[in-house]
Amino acid sequence: MKILEDLLYTEDHEWIRKENSEVIEGITDYAQSELQDIIYLELPEVGAEVKQGEPIGSIEAVKAVSDLYAGVSGKIVEVNSELEEKPELINKDPYEAGWIVKIEPSDPDELNTLLEPSEYRELIEKEE
Amino acid sequence: MKKTPLYKKHIELNATMVNFADFKMPIQYSSIFEEVKAVRKSVGLSDVSHMGEIEISGVDALDFVNWIITNDASKLKPLQAQYTTMLYPEGGIVDDLLVYHLPKRYLLVVNASNQEKDFEWIRENKRGNVEIKNRGSEYFQLAVQGPLALNVIRKVVTGDPSNLPFYWSREESINTNFVILSRTGYTGEDGFEIYGDSTKGEEIWDAVMEAGKEEGEQPCGLGARDLLRLEMGYCLYGNDITKDTTPLEAGLSWLVKMEKGDFIGKKALLEQKEEGIKRRLVGITVKGRKIPRDGYPIYKEGKRIGKITSGNYSPTLKTSIAMGYVMKPYHKTGSILEIEIRNKKVIGKVTELPFWKNGSAKK
Repeated sequence: MKILEDLLYTEDHEWIRKENSEVIEGITDYAQSELQDIIYLELPEVGAEVKQGEPIGSIEAVKAVSDLYAGVSGKIVEVNSELEEKPELINKDPYEAGWIVKIEPSDPDELNTLLEPSEYRELIEKEE
Repeated sequence: MKKTPLYKKHIELNATMVNFADFKMPIQYSSIFEEVKAVRKSVGLSDVSHMGEIEISGVDALDFVNWIITNDASKLKPLQAQYTTMLYPEGGIVDDLLVYHLPKRYLLVVNASNQEKDFEWIRENKRGNVEIKNRGSEYFQLAVQGPLALNVIRKVVTGDPSNLPFYWSREESINTNFVILSRTGYTGEDGFEIYGDSTKGEEIWDAVMEAGKEEGEQPCGLGARDLLRLEMGYCLYGNDITKDTTPLEAGLSWLVKMEKGDFIGKKALLEQKEEGIKRRLVGITVKGRKIPRDGYPIYKEGKRIGKITSGNYSPTLKTSIAMGYVMKPYHKTGSILEIEIRNKKVIGKVTELPFWKNGSAKK
C-alpha cells in the first residue's frame, strides 16, 4: 500500500498536502483499495465552511459507501470537477489526479494534529 | 482460514484478498469494472474452488437426489447438469446448486458458504442405499467465462469443445490431466467450468491463462463475479435467497417440479401456492449512481412494501441496479417504487430480469 512521505494523514484515511496557503485533500491508496471501484462522489459546494473531522461529502463505491471528512477546518476553495465524469481517477491515482477538494484553512495549527506518514503506516498495519 | 489450490497464483497476481466463506479469496486483481468488462466483451478466468462438491452414489442415488432437490434429476442424461434448489420442509431454501449426472454418481456443486451445512443436511435426510461424500477439498474449480471462452478452451483441451451443449459436461484432458469440462457458468455469458484434482489446479490455471493471451483474458475476482450475476438477476444465497424465502417467492418456480413425486418442502410450497404468494423477488433499476444496498427499505406512497437484498452499480448498463422482495401487487414490471438510501428517497422502477439482455450464453 502506497503511503507518501511528504503528506499528512487522518485516522479516516484522508491525506492532506500543504500547498502555499491552501491544503489539498484526497483519500489514501489504502482507502481506495478497501472501497474498490469508486462510482460517484457527493462533494461540498465551493465556498462552504467546513470543520475538521466533520463529514463534507460521501464516496459511493462497489464495496460500500463512506463519508469524506474534512482534514482541516476552513473554506472549500475548489473541488476536483474531473471526478464527476471520472471517479475512477481516485482508484488509479489517489495522490495526484484523484485529489478531491482544496481547503483554505482557518486554523493552520490543526495541521499539527494530523498523522505523520509513519503514524499512518502503523494505523493501517493494525487494520490489515 | 482455508486456501484454495490457486492461492499462490492470486498472491503472485497481486490480488486484493478477502475472507469469504472460510476461504482467503481474491476480490479483485486490477479493477472490478475492468474485470466485468473482460467477461462481457472477451473472456475472464476465475478461481471458484471454494465451491463445495458433494458426491452421491449407490443404487438409490437418483431417488435420493430427487427427494432432496426441487428440480427433477430423473430428466438428466449421463453427463448432463441442472440447476436446482434444495429446501427445508417449511419451504425455505437450504441452498441453490448444480447437479451433475456423472458416471456412477451424482455430483452436487454447492455454495462455499453452505458446504458444511449442506453436507450435514443431506446426511440427516439420507434415504435408501446411498453413499454421501464431501469431496470439496479434493477438487479445484475454474470458471472460464465470456463470448471468447470457446476460443480459449479449444486451445487447451484435447477434444472439440464447440459441440458441448449448454449445461452438459464431458471428460476431457488438459496437458494429460483428467478434468471434467462443463458448459456452465453464472455470468450470463458463454463459458465453461473446469473441475479436476486439486493438486493440478495451478497447472490448469497456467494453461488456461496462457491460451487466453490473444483474447485478452483477465483473471476475475469475486467482486466482478458478484456484479456479473447481479446484472443477470441471478440469486446470491444469503442475500436474495435464504432459509426464510421460498423458490416461488424468489422467481425460481422453474426449478420446482411438482409432478415428479414427493420431495422435501413440496407440501409447504403447495400450501403457499394455495394461499397465494404474497411477495416476489424483483429487479429494480435506479436512475443515477446511488446504490440501493442489502437491507434498504422499499416504499410505495409512504407505505413500507419490501426491502433490497442485493444492489450495486452496473458498469455494463451504466446505472444502479438491485434486487429485492416487494409485496404484491407492487412487483409488476414498470411499477414505480421508492427506496430509502441513507435517509433520502430515490425512485426505482421494477425491471424485467435479466438486466443485461445481450449475454452470449447458449440457451
